[in-house]
Amino acid sequence: MRRSDIIQEIALRDWLIVANIGYPARELFAAADRPGNFYMLGSMGLASSIGLGLAVSQPQRVCAIDGDGSVLMNLGSLATIAHHAPDNFCLVIVDNKAYGSTGGQPTYTRGKTDIAAVACAAGNVNVIRVSTLDALARALDEHAGHAAVIVADAEPGNQDVPAVSLSPVEIKERFMAHVRKGQ
Amino acid sequence: MIDRLIVDCMQAASVDIALSLPCNMLSGVLDEIDRRAIMRIPVCREEEGVGIAAGAALAGRRPILVMQNSGLGNCINALASLAGFYRLPLFLLMSHRGGPAEQIAAQIPMGQAVFRLLDSLGIANIKVETPADFHCLSSFMRRTYESSAIGAALLSRELWHAQK
Repeated sequence: MRRSDIIQEIALRDWLIVANIGYPARELFAAADRPGNFYMLGSMGLASSIGLGLAVSQPQRVCAIDGDGSVLMNLGSLATIAHHAPDNFCLVIVDNKAYGSTGGQPTYTRGKTDIAAVACAAGNVNVIRVSTLDALARALDEHAGHAAVIVADAEPGNQDVPAVSLSPVEIKERFMAHVRKGQ
Repeated sequence: MIDRLIVDCMQAASVDIALSLPCNMLSGVLDEIDRRAIMRIPVCREEEGVGIAAGAALAGRRPILVMQNSGLGNCINALASLAGFYRLPLFLLMSHRGGPAEQIAAQIPMGQAVFRLLDSLGIANIKVETPADFHCLSSFMRRTYESSAIGAALLSRELWHAQK
């Protein structure tokens, strides 16, 4: 799977989406810009945390699109998510075994580290590894009623898409107005 | 008593979610937050707390991060490139370690640097040293949230000693 295909599959659902810094945010912006998207422009590592904060604060389903490199930077978040596990939260870890936005340098998941096993060991109950788009779609929908961590195997590589052309305050205000409408 | 007054300030400012790390100075404050059933999520590292606070603020909540001042060093990038960059409100309530009665020498460098770090990040900050400062803390918290800014308060150890 390509990361951009994973992102487009998630964006078919009418959920709040937190998109990780760099190419994940750019690919979501290019494929399916909408008010329910929160594009991270900085703070690498915090997609899962932003998603958790959103999920515990309002009822709509939240999907945080994270990456293996970013999750490795904030591993404690997997424990925090396991212990609070809001029913409306899904963390998708795109595991391309590389720091994709900085040139594809390998992460430790290319070697010995199994990020899905780490998520399980942190106490998460529903951890699903998928390697096809069909399996991803099934996992997203079958686990749509409770907390889930989906690890999606992906090839390294980015789409040739432009940077997000919204200011941070535009992203925030549009997103917040959308969240308010759903409450 | 002091712990209750601190949490009174939070409630007067409509704080409705706390992200916390442990500190022996702050353990009474954390207990009081729980007694009043304010949502509290203990975090593993301060930066994670800034992330959860940002998500909560996106849903209209008023988050507070309760930590030792040493934790400021663990979350500076997130304060600058997330909370500050998107203008998401966040209050930092910190125990001020590294003062005259400090038992742990390693707390001293960050204790001395904390105000300069906050100033260089453009984060408005106050010291809370006596109960007379609580009125100021309360209005400063409220202004922080109303202006979607980041604010910080450093609680001095003497605050608790005064009541004994």
